[in-house]
Amino acid sequence: MTDTFTLGGHEFSSRFILGSGKFNLELVRAALDHAGAQMITLAVRRANTDAPSILDHIPAGITLLPNTSGARTAEEAVRIARLARELGCGDFVKVEVIRDTKYLLPDNQETIRATEILAGEGFVVLPYMHPDLNVARDLVGAGAAAVMPLAAPIGSNRGLAAKEFLQILIDEIEVPIIVDAGIGRPSQACEAMEMGATAIMANTAIATASDIPAMARAFRLAIEAGREGYLAGPGRVLERGGEASSPLTAFLDEMGLDEVPA
Amino acid sequence: MRHTDHMGFYPRQEDLGSGLMDQVLDRVGQTDFSVFTSRDVKAALSHRTRTIDDFAACLSPAAAPLLEDLAGAAQRETRAHFGTSIQLFTPLYIANYCANLCTYCGFAADNRIHRMRLTPEGIEAELRAIADLGFEEVLILTGESPKFSNTAYIADAVRQAARLFRTVGLEIQPVNTDDYRLLHDAGADAVSVYQETYNPDAYDPLHPGGRKRSFPYRFQSQERALRGGMRSVGFGALLGLDDWHTDALATGLHASLVQQAYPAAEISLSCPRLRPTVADATVNARDVHERQLFQILCAYRLFLPYASITVSTRERAGFRDNVIGVVATKVSAGVSTGVGDHAEGLSSGDEQFEIADGRDLAQVCAAVRARGLEPVMNDHVLV
Repeated sequence: MTDTFTLGGHEFSSRFILGSGKFNLELVRAALDHAGAQMITLAVRRANTDAPSILDHIPAGITLLPNTSGARTAEEAVRIARLARELGCGDFVKVEVIRDTKYLLPDNQETIRATEILAGEGFVVLPYMHPDLNVARDLVGAGAAAVMPLAAPIGSNRGLAAKEFLQILIDEIEVPIIVDAGIGRPSQACEAMEMGATAIMANTAIATASDIPAMARAFRLAIEAGREGYLAGPGRVLERGGEASSPLTAFLDEMGLDEVPA
Repeated sequence: MRHTDHMGFYPRQEDLGSGLMDQVLDRVGQTDFSVFTSRDVKAALSHRTRTIDDFAACLSPAAAPLLEDLAGAAQRETRAHFGTSIQLFTPLYIANYCANLCTYCGFAADNRIHRMRLTPEGIEAELRAIADLGFEEVLILTGESPKFSNTAYIADAVRQAARLFRTVGLEIQPVNTDDYRLLHDAGADAVSVYQETYNPDAYDPLHPGGRKRSFPYRFQSQERALRGGMRSVGFGALLGLDDWHTDALATGLHASLVQQAYPAAEISLSCPRLRPTVADATVNARDVHERQLFQILCAYRLFLPYASITVSTRERAGFRDNVIGVVATKVSAGVSTGVGDHAEGLSSGDEQFEIADGRDLAQVCAAVRARGLEPVMNDHVLV
């Protein structure tokens, strides 16, 4: 049985998604050939250009995930998403609403509003968000196909800074959780997958590596290892000194099931 | 005119209050660059985010021997925030009339140069010539003449440009919020205003006349532009006019305070050095040599890692090629600083300053790629 996940009726076997903030063609090729990416994000603000663009280098069969980067409000995000559809980028959209240029943290409230409007228009909406359980629930309620919480500030390569909150989202939210932003090393991608994330989006970590193809390969292997580890079910972590040889609850089994004490 | 208080306002100049200006001038006035040691500089480099003291340490004489370390740290920040992207644009001078008397500028009102302003047909021809080269971002420049290049004239040019370009920036005389809103509605989204020097005492004799003489009105330009709806605002000191340590510190601090007050604002920095002009071939950046300029650029990047940094054709090709990706994220190409130079058959107005890198777009793109970087023609969608 192949291990796949579904977004908007599309089935994906690769759990690596290439972000596009720092794209170059070498990175796109590496993501496809070495990381096995089946989905690549696309900044509409850059695709909307006459110069040779990333669009010309993405083979058929790869799902484009246009993003609304540059949007500061829900309305701007909605207009960018519609522009993406007009450009022929399909119905997927990653909603990004950011009104802070220093840390580039997502605006959760505006993201919920944009998600609701776009889901209503038939888009497959993947909102980028700050990992907050109530917001994640609202996003699902608004029609999000997946939720994309950040692990750390975008581009920071600081890994799972928001680990506790990511775990809560993974545990509580029904739709796929795609960990986006901040993953800097393969080991961090592996850990997020082992925690039960559905997929990983990364860009800077690979884009800024000295050997881009090798780093792309490392991410694929790390994500696969983490996924297998999650599916296998990690073993118990024993307390120091080992398990007590005489469990404290052993006496509970001394009585038969139907026996009632006198 | 000479006796107008350079720290006051002219009639009809909007005053937003001096909060940020006082903060910048106070903080810069308290800073003694000689107290920093190499330990302070190394500590600044090791910090995840940098304080104003860290920034001052990076600008101080103590940082000069550590320039290689500064560059390494700056490059890491640039890579983390901008990856391999280098944005390309070209400036278009549409008028060189000017009512100011800046003592260092080729366009100054009392310089006997060939003045002209482009007609709508001339602007169209220039814009088309530039668009045909492959540019998608254009920066419209004028001298500062309320008579020959007023807001209505510039807004018409912006409307023409917005039909052919994805991003239209402005480097024009500072205007009031309402005028910035008008220009934004016409299709402009970025405004740069250079304070030239942040030392009011030096500013005074350098700007003996014209409305540019008001230091605080110029200082508040970025805030008015943002209130008028602009997305991006640019800052800069004209390096070589006064003590560069102080001017660079003030520039970074001004930009950072504006970002704090307007968190959605995109911040950009320029680092122009004085260049020879038609009026005075001896003008130069004095003690700001390339080594000092590079130190300033590294300090800017370390203090404001998210800011776009532009290096113009005032600098030679060899310098520009080596600072892109390390500190700079935006460069111009195919530059002329005269009026009407791009399209054939247009007579040319005299230039504002001499350029040092005359390469065209293809040559600059090739140089960007040769560094393992990616030329980006547009990084913005106006919605």
